[in-house]
Amino acid sequence: MRKFKEFVFRVFLHTIIVLSLMALFSVIYFIVIRGARVINWEFLTQMPRDSMTAGGIFPAIVGTFCLVLVAVLFALPLGVMAAIYLVEYARQGGVVRIIRTGVNTLAGVPSVVFGLFGMVMFVRLFGFGVSILSGGLTLGIMILPTIIRTSEEALLAVPQAFREASFALGATKWQTIYRIVLPNSISSILTGSILGIGRAAGDTASILFTAATFYIIHLPRSVFSEVQALPYHIYGLLTEGTHPQAQIPIAYGTATVLLFLVLSMSAVSIVMRNRFRRRKKW
Amino acid sequence: MKRFFRRGKGKGIEYIFLFFAFASIFFLGGIVFVLFRAGLPILRTVTLGEFILGRYWRPLFFEPPAYGIFPIILGSLWVTLGAMCIAIPLGVGAAIYIAEVASPRLKEILKPVMELFGAIPSVVYGFFGVVAFAPLIMRLFDLPIGLTALSASILLGLMALPTIVTVSEDVISSVPALYKEASYALGATKLETTLKVVLPAAFPGIVTAIILGMGRAIGETMVVMMVAGGSPVIPRSFLQPVRPMTATIGLEMGEAASGSPHMHALFGIGCVLFAMTLLFSIIAERFSSRFRRGVGM
Repeated sequence: MRKFKEFVFRVFLHTIIVLSLMALFSVIYFIVIRGARVINWEFLTQMPRDSMTAGGIFPAIVGTFCLVLVAVLFALPLGVMAAIYLVEYARQGGVVRIIRTGVNTLAGVPSVVFGLFGMVMFVRLFGFGVSILSGGLTLGIMILPTIIRTSEEALLAVPQAFREASFALGATKWQTIYRIVLPNSISSILTGSILGIGRAAGDTASILFTAATFYIIHLPRSVFSEVQALPYHIYGLLTEGTHPQAQIPIAYGTATVLLFLVLSMSAVSIVMRNRFRRRKKW
Repeated sequence: MKRFFRRGKGKGIEYIFLFFAFASIFFLGGIVFVLFRAGLPILRTVTLGEFILGRYWRPLFFEPPAYGIFPIILGSLWVTLGAMCIAIPLGVGAAIYIAEVASPRLKEILKPVMELFGAIPSVVYGFFGVVAFAPLIMRLFDLPIGLTALSASILLGLMALPTIVTVSEDVISSVPALYKEASYALGATKLETTLKVVLPAAFPGIVTAIILGMGRAIGETMVVMMVAGGSPVIPRSFLQPVRPMTATIGLEMGEAASGSPHMHALFGIGCVLFAMTLLFSIIAERFSSRFRRGVGM
């Protein structure tokens, strides 16, 4: 009887894991199999034509790239410095607890709320308008917690002995951080940050009111231009426009490009991080 | 003297880093300020009771307009609840499988794969919902339209699944091996050990994972904008269309005139949404520290 229960338990768990993996995989498969049919060199490098029913998605690719670039330029220095404070300077206590709670809470804020904040703050108050800059900064704030956490993990992985050796040579705290700790952790900080970048590239709700537009047939001219972005383009192709039927195949292609972009970046980040973790012995 | 300077400079650098470390707090404060600043004025148009418990959301094309968000809050709770009915059994089961049953090699593959699934952008789930899943639901239940609370729930559940699996698996794996060995030494089987030793020890951590998943589901915008159907009425069944909080903000922000009660009401919804996710974060944090204390971490 015990053996039988044990057997049922195993079968049950096997069923669950297979079911979960199949469900998630089928989402990707369903889209990629249809998207692959429309993707070719022209699709990736051409402007949209015939009121969004033909041509390529080049502006959306460029737009997403610009948004992500602004987000990273904003969030990476900020996040790394915050992590340096938390790991290298802070003594455990009230201040650190407050900062930690702040980071965790920020990580749980829905992206549409970031969108509202960005709309009021960057679009209106700072007068950046609906633009790459507004959207990029909004995305940057959104991925800040991810960057702080991965940077913290990377800094903590640098052995304490490295720091002690540096202090023993008479180096100051700052010299130690700058010359020893950062060079030894920068690669894992960067690979960890790719996870945040993937999130920024795929997020729609936060750029809905801050950066994205559907009808545009030229490339962004400056950081103050509104842009097409891959995730918003998928939404736009489904809900806007005059020829929904002709737009659906393009949406499949766009979704496939977005999936490829986000999943390949995340895969690189996850694999590299696991490798770093395993090699922690130095 | 030189040494004094050096120390002074060191302190200065420390304060610069401290300043940047406070950035998250700063942005959080900014978000709260912006939401309430733009959301509270709705209380000049309706009372708090009418806003939260009002049964009708008719901000446009109705005279007088009604700003009751009760059906909208219920819409969010329904799809979140529905999502959890899918994501909790699958997620916790999958986590137990990866942590306790899978061979080390399989574990090495399954963990990153799950994490990778967690990176699928939400708009892709929404797209999948519109083109594949909603038509399926429509045919399955013989409905006029497939955009329902049920369709949104299942997709949200799938979306929250990787979060729950990844976090629960970490938790279950960090239950000290000693506990399990003691149980095996008493002659218990894997099943008995898992149910009576591992899961009770991991329970607070699993609750954290579930609440993180719920936070993701309730705050998710694109899936519910595209798949939930968008009708702001009090839901009576899962086969009806609903309009959750995030979808309302996303769908209507574009058409709300700046400074109008409608705009303030949308920010008011933002306040309620933020308050709910904040509550989730606090509860998750509580359970997480209870778990860490419980296993002596």
